[in-house]
Amino acid sequence: MWDYSEKVLDHFMNPRNVGALDDADGVGEVGSMACGDALRLCFKLGPDGRIVDARFQTFGCGSAIASSSMLTEMLKGLTLEQAARISNEDIARELDGLPREKMHCSVMGREALEAAMVDYYRRQGRDVPCGLLSQDVEICHCFQVSRETIVKTIRQYRLREIEDVTHYTKAGGGCTSCHHDIRHLIEEVWQELEAAPAGLVQVEMPAAGDERSRQIREVLENDIARALRTDGGDIELVAIRGRRVHVKLTGACASCPSSGATIKGWVEQQLREHVSPDLEVVEEKS
Amino acid sequence: MTFNLQDGLPPRPPDGVYLDNNATTRVAPEVVEAMLPYLSGNYGNPSSMHAFGAAAGRAVDRARLQTAALVGAALPAEIVFTAGGSESDNLAIVGTLRAHPGKRHLVTTSVEHPAVLGLCRELQSRQGYEVDYLPVDARGNLDPDDLRRALRPDTAVVSVMAANNETGVVFPIEEIGRIVKEHGAVFHVDAVQAVGKLPLDMSASTVDLLSLSGHKLHACKGVGALYVRRGTKLRPLIAGGHQERGRRAGTENVPGIVALGRACELAAAGREVEQVAVRRLRDRLERAVLAAVPDCRVNGDPDRRLPNTTNISFDYIEGEGILLLLDRAGVAASSGSACTSGSLEPSHVLKAMGVPFIASHGSIRFSLSRYTTEEEIDYTAAALPRIVERLRAITPFGKERKTFGG
Repeated sequence: MWDYSEKVLDHFMNPRNVGALDDADGVGEVGSMACGDALRLCFKLGPDGRIVDARFQTFGCGSAIASSSMLTEMLKGLTLEQAARISNEDIARELDGLPREKMHCSVMGREALEAAMVDYYRRQGRDVPCGLLSQDVEICHCFQVSRETIVKTIRQYRLREIEDVTHYTKAGGGCTSCHHDIRHLIEEVWQELEAAPAGLVQVEMPAAGDERSRQIREVLENDIARALRTDGGDIELVAIRGRRVHVKLTGACASCPSSGATIKGWVEQQLREHVSPDLEVVEEKS
Repeated sequence: MTFNLQDGLPPRPPDGVYLDNNATTRVAPEVVEAMLPYLSGNYGNPSSMHAFGAAAGRAVDRARLQTAALVGAALPAEIVFTAGGSESDNLAIVGTLRAHPGKRHLVTTSVEHPAVLGLCRELQSRQGYEVDYLPVDARGNLDPDDLRRALRPDTAVVSVMAANNETGVVFPIEEIGRIVKEHGAVFHVDAVQAVGKLPLDMSASTVDLLSLSGHKLHACKGVGALYVRRGTKLRPLIAGGHQERGRRAGTENVPGIVALGRACELAAAGREVEQVAVRRLRDRLERAVLAAVPDCRVNGDPDRRLPNTTNISFDYIEGEGILLLLDRAGVAASSGSACTSGSLEPSHVLKAMGVPFIASHGSIRFSLSRYTTEEEIDYTAAALPRIVERLRAITPFGKERKTFGG
C-alpha cells in the first residue's frame, strides 16, 4: 500500500476541474493507454492573459489523478510565463509529497502543461518563446539525472535503448522505475530526429580536395552540428566562398531569436579556433 | 467533483470485506487455538531427548499426517515442511537440478507465480540452464502439444502450477503429468492456490513434487510444505541437521507446522464449502458486476477456474484507482495494474493471455474464502458500479471509444 498524503487522497477522492473545455486556448495530451497513464490538460486564457480555467482528464493511478487535479488548481490565475515555471517538484510539493515510485505522475503533469502551452503557441501561429519551456525535471531519482541530460544524451549519441541511456547517464540503473519515462524520451527524440533533415546538406559543394574546406566541414559536423542537435537544432553548410562560410540554421535553431548570437558568438569562434582565424560566418535565412 | 461513496449503498459490513484471499487468508480461529500451546508451554525442540521435545515431536508428526491426508499422500514421510510456498518451489526445482547434474533444461509456463518464474530466470541468466516457457491462449489454457514439443532428453524438471493465482485458471495437471512421465522428467506442481480448494490425490497421481503454503489456506505465514513422492531424487537447499529426513535442515517451526496441519484438516473437512458455497458467492458477485457495469469482462476460462476467484477487467480505467476507492468503501481486492506493484508492466499473466492494455491496466481480482458472506458480496456488487462510473468520468479514454497517443 502506498503511503499517500492526505492531500493526495483528497485530490484523488475529490478531484478539482475534471473535464474538457470546449473553447480551450491550449490542449496538451501525454501518455497512452499502453503506458498505463495518460493525461489531457486544457486551459483557457482571460483577456488579461492569465489562465482563467484549467481542466483535466486522467487515466491512471490515484497519484496521477491527484497530480492532475492539483496542477489545474495551481494554474488558475497565472500568466503563461508563470505557468511555465511550475515544475514537477512543485506539483509534488503542493500535494505534500508523492511516494518516490510515483514521482512520474507529477512529471506527467509537467509534460502535459508543456504540451498544452506548445499547442497554444501553435494555434496562435507563434513560435514557442525560447526559455519558456526550459524547466528541467529529474527523471531518474536514484541517480538524480534530469530530463534535459537524458534528452541531450539521446540526441548526441543517437541512443535507441534504455540500457544505452543507463550506460551514458546512469539514469535507469537503480530501481528501474524510470525506464518507462526514458522509453518515452527515446521515442520523443527519435520522432524529432526522423522528422528533421539528417546531417549537413551541402547545397554548393566547395572545391574538392581543398584542405581548409574539409576542415571546415569536419568542425561543423563533429563539433557544432552535434552540439546544436542536443538542443533540437541543426546547421547546414550552404557554401564556402573565400574566407566566408555560408551556413543555415535549421530545426529549433531556425526559429530561435538568439540565432544571431549563436552564429557570431559560437559557430564563428569555433571555426576560427579550429580552422583559421580569418574565417567569417554568414547566416543564410531560409 | 465531490463524491460520497457510501450514498445509496447497503450498510457497510462492520469489519470490512476481505476479498483478497489469493494474497493471504485470515488465520482460522481453530488454527490459532491449535498453535497457541506451542507458543507458550510446549516450547520443546522435537529433536530433544526429553518430554518437552517429545511433545513437540508428536505435534509435528500429527501435522505431517494431517497435511499428507489433505493432498492424498501415500506416506506421511512424503511431506517436507518448509518456510512457505516460495521455499517449496525452490527446493523442488533447485533440489531436482542438483540431483540430476547432467540435465540442463527446464520447462515451465509463462503464467507461473514469481516464486517459480523469478527462479527460472535466475537459473537461466546466472547458471546457464535452458528454460522453455509454455504459452497460454486467450483463456489462459495450455496446449499439451506445446509441452510435447518443449520436452527434451535433458529436461530435468517440468514445473507447472495447478491453479493460477491471478485468474484462478486450473491446469489439467494429470494430463500434463502423463506427458512429462513419458519423457522421464521430474514433475513439479505449484499447488499453492489449489490446495484446499481442489481435490488432490497424490497416491494416484503423476506429480512427483507438490508445493503448498500455509497462509493461503487459513494457517499462518512462514510455513509451507513440499510433497516429495517416495523415491524422487532431491538434494536439500538448506544443509545442516538431520531434520525432515535430511531434506530440510533447521529446527522445525513447531507452532507454524501445527497451524498448517490443523488448517489442512479444516480444509479437508470443508472442501464441499469451497466447491458449493464459495463458488455460489463468486458467481453471484460476477453476475451482478457484469450486469451492472458496461465494458467489463472476466479474464480466464470461466469453465476451468478455482471456485473462489474472479478476475474482471474494467476498460478505460486503471486498477489502482479502483482499489483505492474500494478500500475507502471497506472492500479489499487486488489488481494486475502496473501502478499497484511499483513496476511499470501490468500483470504478466494477462499479458501472456494477450489481454489488451485497455483491459489489463484495469483488472481487479476478487478472491473469496469460506468466511465470505452474501451480505459482503452484495455490498461489493453495489459499490463497484459507482466506483467504475466515477473513474470513467475522469478518464480521457472511452468517451468516443477511441484512444489518443496510442
